[in-house]
Amino acid sequence: MTEASLSASPDSAIPVAVPPSAPPSAPLPAANAPGTPIYRHRLTTRIWHWVNVVTIFIMIGSGLTILNAHPHLYWGEFGANPDHPWFNTPHAPSYLTIPAGYNLALARRWHLTFALVFAFGLLFFMISSVLNAHFQKDLRIRLKELAPAHLWFDAKEHAALRFHDPKNPNARNIFQKLAYVAAIFVLIPAMIVSGLALSPTMSAAWPWVLDIVGGRASARSVHFLAASGLVIFIIVHVVLVILAGAFGEVKSMITGWWTVPDDHGAPTQEHGA
Amino acid sequence: MSGIITRRAVLTTGALGAGALLSGCDKFQNGAATRPILFAGEQINYGLARALTNRDSLAKEYRPDQMSPLFRVNGTANPNTPTYNAMVAEKFANWRLKVGGLVNRPLDISHQQLLAMPARTQITRHDCVEGWSAIGKWHGPMLGTILKAADVRTTARYVVFTCADLYSGHNYYESIDLIDAFHPQTILAWAMNDAILSVAHGAPIRLRVERQLGYKNAKYVMQIDAVDSLSKIGKGKGGYWEDAIDYDWYAGI
Repeated sequence: MTEASLSASPDSAIPVAVPPSAPPSAPLPAANAPGTPIYRHRLTTRIWHWVNVVTIFIMIGSGLTILNAHPHLYWGEFGANPDHPWFNTPHAPSYLTIPAGYNLALARRWHLTFALVFAFGLLFFMISSVLNAHFQKDLRIRLKELAPAHLWFDAKEHAALRFHDPKNPNARNIFQKLAYVAAIFVLIPAMIVSGLALSPTMSAAWPWVLDIVGGRASARSVHFLAASGLVIFIIVHVVLVILAGAFGEVKSMITGWWTVPDDHGAPTQEHGA
Repeated sequence: MSGIITRRAVLTTGALGAGALLSGCDKFQNGAATRPILFAGEQINYGLARALTNRDSLAKEYRPDQMSPLFRVNGTANPNTPTYNAMVAEKFANWRLKVGGLVNRPLDISHQQLLAMPARTQITRHDCVEGWSAIGKWHGPMLGTILKAADVRTTARYVVFTCADLYSGHNYYESIDLIDAFHPQTILAWAMNDAILSVAHGAPIRLRVERQLGYKNAKYVMQIDAVDSLSKIGKGKGGYWEDAIDYDWYAGI
């Protein structure tokens, strides 16, 4: 890889917080100039990402077949046809389901086999991301980032299709952090816990999985809602990858190396001062 | 603008890829290549469940006020065979439960004997493979009591249930391992919701195996056999739905 040789080593490419006192007019450091290659995604992140592309595709497709078997959602410990659903889900069409024809047995086999990949994959990613400090360095949300002025600034930057702080382009912006933290620490764990609560053996052995969601019928509803949240996450994620430059973004998730884009003269984040 | 070309290329590639994926899907999803993986998944889940959880853990039991107002009937609502109808007409007075296979003391238990046995009462949740659940109250002797009386041989690994209802002309059958068979909540229920078990819910007895899905909870049980292998039962997978349409034999997930 020729680009790599031009760049600093991976470790020194980790974003260093710009001191709040830095004047807005400070020249951009050469290491952050557009065109600079930055080692952005660690190997464990890349492996988890692409395993999840396949796994979540299978989980959603097979999950829709399972949902078609009883397209009603309830709250509480139980729920069946004589009871009152809070939502009757629309029939999932065959072009979205796995298998394409209704086959509950095979859908369950797809779902429960890849559930293992999904759940143990999260465990692998979480352990590796604590050990290699990906969580601490890239996803830690600082209080000042949640200040309304900062959120508003970043929202305007998103509207202008500028997604990177020119002074610190490798840093994830606050909306990225919130989205990834929601997916990694809320939505996927909710899928796993509510999924375990659906299993009569696991809910017998670990009753807390049932208690935490408020019963098995609730577990099914939580499972559906968290999956819907993940689908929204994936749609927003893919749209933003395309807007941010699909080629460079996908390349970085394959090789790890990302090229600082030219964000059309983005202003620096003055509110930090 | 190279960026725009790139995006177009990516989108085109994506669309072509999705098309190829969809057209290849059915073959892939149902094909011989994926089946070993999917069937291995069941074995991994079964092994993990047994390895990671307490084998004696009890399924949640509920208060009477948590019961389903109406417990829906599913599967066979009435076997409606001449033999079964005759048993219903005489209120199962001549029904007998046969316990055999790999046991040292084969049993032939009368209806009166079964009802006189020490019984367990449990308010538990029935989880159907389709996704619905209902809570009901079940009452009957523990299967373990009966298996101990029959003195199951050490070579036995599974317990097979043969039922009075017919599917495609054959008696419904199911099987469980000895861990679930001797589990304290595994009972042969002859009463449900404080009434004698109705025909719709499996009279005269229905297996309750509380840590597995509904289709393992066989209704209309007529015969129980201890076996060392499931290969000679039905088509070899241990249960009617397992043989007919590939449902998991291990339905604890």
